[in-house]
Order: sequence, then structure tokens, then C-alpha cells
Amino acid sequence: MAKKRTIEEINEKIRSGRAVVLTAEQVSAMGRELTPSEIVEKVDVVTTGTFGPMCSSGMFINFGHSDPPMRMEKLTMNNVPVFGGIAAVDAYIGATETALPHDQYGGAHVIEELIAGKDVLLQATAKGTDCYPRTEIKTLINRERVNEMIMFNPRNAYQNYNVAVNSTSKMKYTYMGTLLPSFGNATFSTSGELSPLLNDPEMRTIGIGTRIFFGGATGYVAWHGTQFNTGKPVNDHGVPVGNSATLALIGNAKEMDTRFIKAAYFEKYGVSIFVGVGIPIPVLDEDMARRVMIRNSQIETNVIDYGNPANGVLGRADYQSLFSGEITLKGRKIRTAPLSSVKVAREIAAILREEIMSGRFMLTEPVELFRKTTGLNSLQIRL
Amino acid sequence: MKSRRFVLTFPPEATGEPITYNLIRKFDIMVNIVKADVSPGQVGHLVMEMTAPSKVLKEGMEYMKQQNVECVPIDRKITYSEDLCIHCGACSAVCFAGALTMNRKTAELEFEPEKCVMCELCLTACPLKLFSIDLG
Repeated sequence: MAKKRTIEEINEKIRSGRAVVLTAEQVSAMGRELTPSEIVEKVDVVTTGTFGPMCSSGMFINFGHSDPPMRMEKLTMNNVPVFGGIAAVDAYIGATETALPHDQYGGAHVIEELIAGKDVLLQATAKGTDCYPRTEIKTLINRERVNEMIMFNPRNAYQNYNVAVNSTSKMKYTYMGTLLPSFGNATFSTSGELSPLLNDPEMRTIGIGTRIFFGGATGYVAWHGTQFNTGKPVNDHGVPVGNSATLALIGNAKEMDTRFIKAAYFEKYGVSIFVGVGIPIPVLDEDMARRVMIRNSQIETNVIDYGNPANGVLGRADYQSLFSGEITLKGRKIRTAPLSSVKVAREIAAILREEIMSGRFMLTEPVELFRKTTGLNSLQIRL
Repeated sequence: MKSRRFVLTFPPEATGEPITYNLIRKFDIMVNIVKADVSPGQVGHLVMEMTAPSKVLKEGMEYMKQQNVECVPIDRKITYSEDLCIHCGACSAVCFAGALTMNRKTAELEFEPEKCVMCELCLTACPLKLFSIDLG
């Protein structure tokens, strides 16, 4: 009978130091020699990792009350506007918000500086109320002096993403980096066979409440991510082609590490943030073994013309070719380059593996699995 | 014979002198101009690959020095903060010259200054702004 195990059985093995934990790259390499039934016999957990720019990120912060207290309304941190439309001294720092006119510095930089323990200038104004009389404040805050720093990212860890090319005769500056004219380059942004949601494409083990590595700290899957879409076609290896599922993630930013949270500026596009995410995948049965054995050559995605979106999907590329430095599109060879760091993704998968093997990181049963969706709404102009 | 890339900086008064011509005719140095930004009366820059036996190259450089032309190996003109690099690869996307590439095994960025053409695209393409060019 085919081998099956539960997450609790795996946790028991972790507690007793008997769990076999491998990174997704290690198990992909093993998959060349072994069958899924052999993998499920040998491996309990597979660790994944990704470290790419993830714009839909930000941090809730609670500053603590001043004396006299203040119901902060308009706020900036290091001159970057932050959202204060929540309770008196709560705010949300959006990663992509910028300090105009210096749009190369933004919320992502403020977040990184706070995580690094640096002082940040807080300025706020308010109309003043009977219970919150203060109308102005200007002070320095830092990680140790604020009450909470809660990273909450509405859309991270995209399951697969487009390859970007540019068919036009002009340089295009995009969130997929600088695209040279006339198909001069192609950029892509996942860690391929190391990527969390590509190792559990149907999200059988990842759901609400899943414990994860998040920016160097322990975090959790809070919800499905925004623009979550399980309606994308899958290829022969069961992997969605193009951008599909996403995750909303939450974690304690006070415990994060700037090695895994890094502010970025993409030329003539704006500020973004590199976020490090690692998710352990329990090898529950042969089906999960088959999933975690996935190799770069078996993962494919769409090539999209970011110079002229009307051209739609130009072709398909697999990650083995993308990582090789060259793809062929309609007979034309195009140089490729990643935007997400496989080097740091490997570090994340390795750290998570160590944490699990040493018994410091236990696996979680999802509180709830995600529902399947059929597609996304587009924004109609109705006026 | 070794080929090396240099950045030549011309003072305004040197731009009338046929320096490249003399490097070829007098010293028999094989030159390949990679990038040129030279205008009369202004400080000019030339990115140039020079191929010659090291003794000859030294003589050529001595000649340039006499003409007040600064000649510096390209790797001293373009630098990046390697210790801060996250190896994302965004710079390698724009480096059509192939000086910045991703090592397939280590997934690390590799920089070969000898292939650099000083196009300066990496300066803006790096999301962490780790590259800098010093043209004096």
C-alpha cells in the first residue's frame, strides 16, 4: 500500500530528531534517480525559498502614546507618507509609498531602516480632540521604542510569474527591470524549483495558518494573497503556466533581519521591497513527493511583451532555459536574467532545513485550505 | 600579449593631439575603441582596449602621461559594493557587453571589468544602486 503520513507524524519525527529534511533543490536532484514512492519513503519535509521584489508589502506599526496623547491623522516617516487612517497611534507603512519629490526613497527603505534598528523621523499632525489634545509631533522612533512592528503583506510569493521582453525600439523601465529594445533581454522573477508554491502547486499543505520563514523571522500565512488565481492552465507536470496563486503573509518585523528584507528602487518605476519567504512542504504521500521533485525544466511560464502588452503572450519558456542565460523565442535567441536572488533563496531553504532538523521549527496543519477560483475581475470604467 | 581595457581621460588641451594614432604608429599597440566621448575644448573620455607586450604597453602609457592623458584600468573606474549585493541579477539583464553575468552554479553575480564598455546601464538597473563610475 502506498505510504502516507500526517503532519503530526512528521512533527513527532522532528521532535525525536529523526526527520529527514531536504531542500527543494536537493530533492529535485534526487528525483532524477528515484521514483515518487521511493522519495516518500526517504524524505519527510522539503524546504523552499524565494527572495524577490514583492511590491504588495508593508508594515503595521504602533508608536505608543505621547503625553499629552494624539490622534495622528497625517503622518510621515523619514518624509515618506504613511497611512494613518486607523486608530490614534497605529499606522501602515506601504512599501512602495515614496517621499516626493525624491521618489527613489520610500516605505520599503523606512521598513528596512526600522528592522536594522535605526532611528526614523516621525512627524504627524492632527486636528486635536478632547481626548487627544495634541495637534503636532516630531520625534525619533526606532524598533526598541515602538510597541509593535507587524509586517503584513497582502500579496507575496507569487506562484510562477511572467517572463518580460520588449519588442519596441525604445528602452522600457518596468517592475521587471530595464528591458532593452528589440528583444535585447528577457527578465524573470521566481526561484524556479526552489519556489514555495511551485512545490505544492495545488496548495494541499499550504493554507491559512501555515508557519513559514518570513524575512528572517517566523511568520504565518494569513490568507490567500490578493489577485489569487487558481484558474490558470497547468502544464503536463501539473504546474500553472504564468502568474497564478499568491499568499498574504504576516510576521513580527521586530524579529526580522535586513538580509531578508531589502528595499529596492527600479529605475523610472519606483520603490519595491525584496522579501525572503521560505515554506516547509511535508511529504505526505506519493502525490506530494511527485510535486516536490519538480525540476526547472518542468516549470514553464509565459513570455509577455512589456513594450506592447497588446501583443499578449509571445511564447512559453521553461526555467532551465531561463536560468541558462538564454531562451529561444520564435527562432530568436534572447539573453535572460533573473530579478529574484536564487543565492538568497538557497540560504533561506538551508536555514529553514536547519531549523526544522534541530527541532526549533515545527510544521503546522493549515487551519483552512484555500478555495479554488476561476479568474480575476478587471476594473471596468463605469462612468 | 594581453588585452586590457582602460579609461583614458583627456584634458581639454590634449584633444588636438593625435594620441590614438601615435599609440598605433609609434608604439605598435593594437587599439580597439569601445566608447568615445571627446569634444574639442572639453574633458574627454575614451574607453579603449589595448593589446601589446607589457613593455610596449608601459611605454605607451608613459607617452600618454607626458601628454597629460590619464590612463586607468577600467576596473578602477567602475566599481560595485560587492558586500551589499543580493545577487538578484537585475544588472546582468542590461549588460549587453557580458561583463555582468550570473554564475549558474553559485547563483552569484560575476563582474568581468575587461568586458565592460562603460555604457553605464548597470548604474540605474541595480535596484540597490550599488554601482558607481568615477570619471573624475
